[in-house]
Amino acid sequence: MNQGFQFFLFGVLPYLALAIFFLVTIQRYRQEKFSYSSLSSQLLENKKHFWGTVPFHYGILLVLAGHVVAFLIPRAVLAWNGTPWRLYVLESTALACGLLTFFGLVNVIVRRLTDAKTRKVTTPSDWIIYLLLAVQVTSGILVAYLHGWGSSWFASTVTPWLWSLVQLAPEPARLETLPLLAKVHIVNAWVLIGFFPFTRLVHVLVVPNPYLWRKPQLVVWNRPAPSSRTEV
Amino acid sequence: MDVRSQIGMVFHLDKCIGCHTCSIACKNVWTDRPGTEYMWWNNVETKPGTGYPTRWEDQKAFKGGWETDGKSLQLKSTSKARIIPNIFHSPSMPSMDDYYEPWTYRYSDLFTAPEGDDQPTAVPISMVTGEPIAIESGPNFDDDLGGSAVYARNDPNLEALSPDQREQMFAIERLVFFYLPRICNHCLNPACVAACPSGALYKRGEDGIVLVNQQRCRAWRACVAACPYKKVFYNWNTGKSEKCILCYPRLETGQAPACFHSCVGRIRYLGNVLYDADRLTEIAKLPDHELVEAQRSILLDPNDPAVIEGARRNGIHESVIDSARRSPLWKFVKVWKIALPPHIEYRTFPMLFYVPPLLPVMSTNVGGKVKSDLDALFADTEKGRAPMEYMGKLFAAGNEGKLRYALKKQMAVRIARRHLTVGDVTKEEAERALAQADCTWDEADAIYRLTALANFDDRFVIPPSQREMAIEMLEDPHEHRSTAGFGFRDAPTRGA
Repeated sequence: MNQGFQFFLFGVLPYLALAIFFLVTIQRYRQEKFSYSSLSSQLLENKKHFWGTVPFHYGILLVLAGHVVAFLIPRAVLAWNGTPWRLYVLESTALACGLLTFFGLVNVIVRRLTDAKTRKVTTPSDWIIYLLLAVQVTSGILVAYLHGWGSSWFASTVTPWLWSLVQLAPEPARLETLPLLAKVHIVNAWVLIGFFPFTRLVHVLVVPNPYLWRKPQLVVWNRPAPSSRTEV
Repeated sequence: MDVRSQIGMVFHLDKCIGCHTCSIACKNVWTDRPGTEYMWWNNVETKPGTGYPTRWEDQKAFKGGWETDGKSLQLKSTSKARIIPNIFHSPSMPSMDDYYEPWTYRYSDLFTAPEGDDQPTAVPISMVTGEPIAIESGPNFDDDLGGSAVYARNDPNLEALSPDQREQMFAIERLVFFYLPRICNHCLNPACVAACPSGALYKRGEDGIVLVNQQRCRAWRACVAACPYKKVFYNWNTGKSEKCILCYPRLETGQAPACFHSCVGRIRYLGNVLYDADRLTEIAKLPDHELVEAQRSILLDPNDPAVIEGARRNGIHESVIDSARRSPLWKFVKVWKIALPPHIEYRTFPMLFYVPPLLPVMSTNVGGKVKSDLDALFADTEKGRAPMEYMGKLFAAGNEGKLRYALKKQMAVRIARRHLTVGDVTKEEAERALAQADCTWDEADAIYRLTALANFDDRFVIPPSQREMAIEMLEDPHEHRSTAGFGFRDAPTRGA
């Protein structure tokens, strides 16, 4: 691969994607708050919805969590993989989560294609996301299947590269030895991150964690509240 | 004591003629936008019947409202732990099939059809997909079908009846139906608010109106499942939930909500009451049969000095306390006790009360004349065509005593009026009926007046909204100058 192109993909694209990600999501939140929605289509089709969205979300959350762990604590992952059975457990769990995601994504796409009402509310940006996600999930599963022990080599190649990005001294050369599929997976991930703020994926950023500690009832006063009021 | 003011409503079912004018008034004002066509913030259903959405009262399927073991109070549909799985796929959410798929007709077919032997027809097309559809159901397809095997027989309230009673209810000469107009109840303990993961739903402190903040709603759909009355709707186009707003822009300018204003039978009453918010969680844990009385007990007497003092301490304006004194709600619910909440066993404490229907008033034909002695003219309320158990399940959480009281008092008022206007009922008979119904001549007169004669200002006692004291009045008017009602400038569109 051309050196300059390689530098663009692994030294420039990540910054470009992150810049777009932060600038646009924040600006969109400030100006177009109304557009922050998961845009659920469960009302229009309630049965196939379950078999698409549930496996997809659980699968992708676990897979993402795995990537984050390997990024944050690579030494611990390598240490864990020191014993073969533990490596097998980790790898097969990761592959199973990938397949779960794939199963969900296929169901989501099939539902969107076959159900007339949900097709109606599927926008071009949704189709682009499905395409990017399909590439991402498929390439991820193929990497896991064809180039095994990724949990180990990720920690020794991709993690240092990611840290080099964090330190603003990108070292694209660290990825040179990676197979093409893995490179596709990485590039597509940055494309996905860059495209993220323009899509319904922003619902990930407004996950309602305050629900876990807020009081059941919510009362909003139009006038300043006197101190004697109790909150139910 | 934490005194708050709440706008409440009374619907007098004996006066409802099922004309759907209210529904149309609401539809024309609020829900004729893309994504809201299937919503009827106000609908009128025939009881017995399955209602809209179909079988909404079946909480085994829809899991609406609260449940309690006497110690804690939990939503049926979700909880802090269950929110995680529920957020991907809400398990008890109704789908559009439970409402209906809205449609219009392709009227252009009428004048673009090629010349032929037949009249051209306008094909029905779905308002979701725009494609031709076979119409299967609509929001009021149960209209007047009191004996229908499809609608009436599938009414979830029939559970309260024995098989024998059910057969009697559907015997052809006893067939009965009445109308149940429904809007959001603006509950004191709203399940939709408690369920919203984003905190988008809220109750307005000043008047208790329950609203959805369109900027904060993220389409997690928990409110739709949690509301036992199925009065929060999901707008499939904007990806936001919407619900009845009790026409607050009208209320704030002293006008009655559109459905109230347009009501042909003048069945609707609106006014505010003061209530004690401190006792809400306590009474919500009481057993079913105590709930009607418990809800009444937290409504506070606006003439009681202690209540007035508490209201002032909480910043409730004198004019709002004054309108609570004149409120028709206070009279119907607390003084006369003839208005009852729908399905209070859901424990949301709805603030829409129904005066149960006294139907039908029987008369006997003898030789071409109506037999006019008391027994023939006014059948015993116990012999009503709709069994007490059925009405009790609908309006009193099975506590039929509350229902009997309301029906008996209404009957006594009729008998008293018959004595005064027609005169074929003796004074003694009228007084006996009043005494049995815990009613006096004065009270009977007041009930008669507010039921039969009430003009606009008697039916709607709208508390002033004191906008001059509101927080937004203190903000920079230039900021609000060009925002369009929603509080933000751009038209609400789907996605980015």
